[in-house]
Amino acid sequence: MIVLGRRTEGKTPKEVEPRMVTIYFMGKAYQVPEGITIIKALEYIGYKLIRGVGCRGGFCGACTTFYRKKNDYRLYSGLACQTPVEDGMYLTQLPFVPAERRKYDINNVKPDVNTILSLYPEIARCVGCNACTKVCPQELPVMDAIQTILRGNLAKAAKMIFDCIACGACSMRCPAEIVHYNVFQLVRRLYGKYIAPKAKHLEKRVEEIENGNYEEQFKKLLSMSVDDWKVLAEKLQKGEDIVL
Amino acid sequence: MVEYPGYPPEFWDSIEKVEETREKRLKETFPKMPEAEREELVHKYHPDYKEGTKRPVRVGAYKGQLAPHEVADLLEAHALIDPSEIDLDDIDYDVDILIIGGGGAAASAALWANINGVPADRILMVTKLRFGDANTKMAQGGIQAADREYDSPIYHFLDVLRGGHYTNDPELVKILVTEAPLIIKFLEDLGVMFDKEPDGTMIEVSGGGCSRYRMHSCGDYTGLEIMRVLMDEVLNREIPVLEFSPAVELITDDRGQVAGAVIMNLETGRYHVVRAKATVIATGGFGRLHIQGFQTTNHYGATMDGVVLAYRVGAQLRDMDSVQYHPTGAAWPPQLAGQLVTEKVRALGAQLVNIEGKQFVYQLEPRDVVSSAIIRECYDRKKGIRTITGWGVWLDSPMIEIIHGEGTIEKFLPAMLRQFKRYGIDIRKEPILVFPTLHYQNGGIVINKYTQVLDAKRKPIPNLFAAGECTGGVHGKNRLMGNSLLEITVFGRRAGIFTSKHIKKVSLGKLTLNHVVRWENMLKEAKIRTKRKAPIILPDYRGDVRYR
Repeated sequence: MIVLGRRTEGKTPKEVEPRMVTIYFMGKAYQVPEGITIIKALEYIGYKLIRGVGCRGGFCGACTTFYRKKNDYRLYSGLACQTPVEDGMYLTQLPFVPAERRKYDINNVKPDVNTILSLYPEIARCVGCNACTKVCPQELPVMDAIQTILRGNLAKAAKMIFDCIACGACSMRCPAEIVHYNVFQLVRRLYGKYIAPKAKHLEKRVEEIENGNYEEQFKKLLSMSVDDWKVLAEKLQKGEDIVL
Repeated sequence: MVEYPGYPPEFWDSIEKVEETREKRLKETFPKMPEAEREELVHKYHPDYKEGTKRPVRVGAYKGQLAPHEVADLLEAHALIDPSEIDLDDIDYDVDILIIGGGGAAASAALWANINGVPADRILMVTKLRFGDANTKMAQGGIQAADREYDSPIYHFLDVLRGGHYTNDPELVKILVTEAPLIIKFLEDLGVMFDKEPDGTMIEVSGGGCSRYRMHSCGDYTGLEIMRVLMDEVLNREIPVLEFSPAVELITDDRGQVAGAVIMNLETGRYHVVRAKATVIATGGFGRLHIQGFQTTNHYGATMDGVVLAYRVGAQLRDMDSVQYHPTGAAWPPQLAGQLVTEKVRALGAQLVNIEGKQFVYQLEPRDVVSSAIIRECYDRKKGIRTITGWGVWLDSPMIEIIHGEGTIEKFLPAMLRQFKRYGIDIRKEPILVFPTLHYQNGGIVINKYTQVLDAKRKPIPNLFAAGECTGGVHGKNRLMGNSLLEITVFGRRAGIFTSKHIKKVSLGKLTLNHVVRWENMLKEAKIRTKRKAPIILPDYRGDVRYR
């Protein structure tokens, strides 16, 4: 069954014969149904993918694709699992993003810009060209985030790029050769560990558990019958508290 | 980019009805279903109870028990390798702990083994795609932990059992809920960015089947955030990871102990031998088997490999007949069919309504109940929306903006907003069309509290451990939202801790693949005639017009 995602102009939805479009995968022309995603189009033409495919839901960044279109000078990028094919698309999947990642000890770093500059000094080379932002499939303000880091506001930067899925498209386009997603990973961890306030109620509960405060109650609970559990569970559902 | 205009015009009559009834519904809560009614609904409408979809497995420890055909087919399959073609004297990797998998359970096991003193270079992770390519990354909704004054691990325990229809292994559930706050603390200390109030208090919402607000989240990228932080830490500790190298068979020694695995380089097709004193299976679930032809939310690699491997060395399984269908998979646009619409949408207040804009179930019943209610609304009552791929009902997401204020969806559900926007649907203004989708393997390999894999007599299979979705017992026959991220981090941790102790006692004999020879004989004795081989490693969609 092949389905189009476009408006059917007042008709009841039914099986529609798809319009076929031509895509050029690594230079070869193939006819595929319009509207399906690039990943599905590649499988339609006979590829069993190993590289350039992952969660198929837009979360893992494995299926970064670069493409151009007929009569258009621009270089586009996207996630192959989220991008529908278009007529005249020239495309390739990135099998791998070569990237340098620096090792650090999260327990032994300071949450400031100097930590980031000492591990990734190349971020200071950002020329503000915004090429990274333009290719981001998540539409994140990538260049602004790098600039925000350079200004020392890690908290703001961490939130700006929280939705990064590390597809690497930005890093393939950057004239300053920055590997943004590794920098962002570091920034987020510094924020999460040092800058964000700690959850005090969590600390308290951990202490209670480590002191064995619940062991007595669990002993009672585990000796009960399923019917007893049911009564207690339904009480909880009504919002009542239970005491063992 | 092609412009997609969103919902087709024939849906709009119904969308207008949803809009008309919204104001009134905002003041209403659909009554929770009594226990007896829930059971009846599930038995009548849940796909698990559909006739002709299962059969008793004919060979191995699970023999005689029911499993979906798609699962039984793989359990009854031939080995992928021919033992005579593998030279076990040529050992490519010789380690203390082999971890099979690249998701949250595997990463947790690796970290905690290292934390407990196993040097990084004595650990090896092998995974079929990239490190981190796993369902963990796709988990959106959250992770449960009873860490507030108003809550208790006791309450969490009872909720888990109620959700699982009291079929869970209580000992494993106790571990899950008591170690939950420890795990959240561990993750916080690693730098996971949980959603918090300005004073550090965790923002916690409800989840289907939960009696208290205990769902912790990181936007709707909770799994992604946890996975990438765990990965980052594994990489900082320089624990070796072999990517594109799935395990295709376990190795045993001449004393019947598990002693590592044969792995395959997916790109060269070559086999390699890994010898290990302890082997941890953390390979995730079976969504990509498309049980009963359902669409799935799962990762490309979710093909049940680990269960197949463990089964051949005698592992017992449980609850393999029980499949979780997430109530709200996308039903429109067709390009997103089957993909997850996180339960958090319902936790934030979005109701489920039919073609007339009427509620038909309380949106936060346990997942199997909600799925069954949606199927009844569509198949039986014909009050769903007909689409080209099947049916759907409305999930009234604009309610969220009314209840919690404008901007809530952008703040808490950015992934979802982005996904639908690509197809011209603004979920802040328009409801989402949903239908159940194959989501989770409830059952799996039987383990004890030390994550040791047990055989048919409940005796540990020497040196074999398992954690995460590939195991059964924690969730019984139905998992609640927010307990899978918890399970992988809690039991992955335990696998790391207990293997780090276990390896000190292990001495291995001569490596063999005798169990594979025995397995082939068992297939013959059971008169199973099949050409099928397992594990399948990846699904094959070549030329598949269903476009999964």
